[in-house]
Amino acid sequence: MMRFIHRLASPKYFYDVAGRIVPWAGWGALILILVGAYWGLVEAPADYQQGDSFRIIYVHVPAAWMSLFIYVVMAAAGAIGLVWRIKLAEIIAIASAPIGASFTFLALVTGSLWGKPMWGTWWVWDARLTSELILLFLYLGVMALYGAVEDKRMASRAAAILAIVGVVNIPIIHYSVEWWNTLHQGPTVTKLDKPSIAPEMLWPLLIMAVGFQLYYVATVLMRARVELLERERNSRWVQELVQPR
Amino acid sequence: MTPTRKKRLILIAAMLVGVGIATALAVTAFNDNLMFYFSPSEVAQGKAPADHPFRVGGLVTTGSVQRQPDGLTVQFSLTDNQSTIPVQYTGILPDLFREGQGIIAKGRLNDSGVFVADEVLAKHDENYMPPEVADSLKTARQGMGDQR
Amino acid sequence: MSFQEFLHMGGYAAYVWTSYALALVVLIANVVQPLLQRRRLFAALARKRRRSARN
Repeated sequence: MMRFIHRLASPKYFYDVAGRIVPWAGWGALILILVGAYWGLVEAPADYQQGDSFRIIYVHVPAAWMSLFIYVVMAAAGAIGLVWRIKLAEIIAIASAPIGASFTFLALVTGSLWGKPMWGTWWVWDARLTSELILLFLYLGVMALYGAVEDKRMASRAAAILAIVGVVNIPIIHYSVEWWNTLHQGPTVTKLDKPSIAPEMLWPLLIMAVGFQLYYVATVLMRARVELLERERNSRWVQELVQPR
Repeated sequence: MTPTRKKRLILIAAMLVGVGIATALAVTAFNDNLMFYFSPSEVAQGKAPADHPFRVGGLVTTGSVQRQPDGLTVQFSLTDNQSTIPVQYTGILPDLFREGQGIIAKGRLNDSGVFVADEVLAKHDENYMPPEVADSLKTARQGMGDQR
Repeated sequence: MSFQEFLHMGGYAAYVWTSYALALVVLIANVVQPLLQRRRLFAALARKRRRSARN
């Protein structure tokens, strides 16, 4: 096991393994997202209160879940990079940031598009919406900090510290709807008793969520590979990769 | 684990705990400000501010909705099953507005105790189901004599 | 359900379709960006190599 980790930590080996995982995860994600979207848009029945507008759930909720999940991965990878100085952990952390930021953006905008017809407003400053907006700023802050420092290893450390500090926001986002009165309703799926959503509406949601997870795996590895090449551009294995003898 | 790595790990853990405590304190201090709305009971107890606009959230009492002849002004009452306050609103209501629905109204109390709202938002619950299921649930509940 | 009805989304077409279109754009952008970055990097590295070979 330790030997496998050590081999995986070698840049060239990681580059090759990641390159083999990307197509599997990518095509898997595409299939699941297409199935989920078809099921959610066509097969699932309309909601008893919200009619067809509730179908936004199939984009909004998986995007919101991913925005939290990716942040935790980013902070954990950043912490591993800080403690053990593993270059690949630093790369995974920084490759996650733009993907997480785009999911956060997607969750916010689709939430707005859902809020307008149902709640009657595009935006309110309640605890859930505000803390999710702070999450977007945290992602952007991590990316800006990383970009601002010239030396990439120093940049990774600075960005990792910001990411770790921001982790306190994650439970706040999740529990905001329970701790305070908010316009946003409470959790549907991730509560202790059974989900309060009809099974034929829940299935496409779960498929979409798994599809988004696979999509993240594919895109984070794509970004990590490019970032790795950038950092190792002067090493021999990259030179040989660009122009094989 | 080497001593330096252990030290870094402890440092990170300490940082996280520190920031966590600071955030918890800040959040507790601002707890009231983070409340998006007051319940009708809180308003009845006089917890709501009298000098500036605030929000009230509750269920629209069944049978209380009265529309004025101008077609835009609506009167209804909001309840949390303990206290009830009368609300008056002029404007367009969200699609989800109906009797029994959760509503958040923004405005202020006038001298006669009526809440004059300038904004009404609908709050929906976390339940999603097809209309047929909702109907059969309703009939089942009525069959058991539970009039909600 | 007819195709017209499907597009109409019970009157919420603008909200639902904008959401899905935006999701599509974001998902595609996150795939295209690393591909472009990779191409730029390879071009830069090849240029550098040619320059050093000439000297």
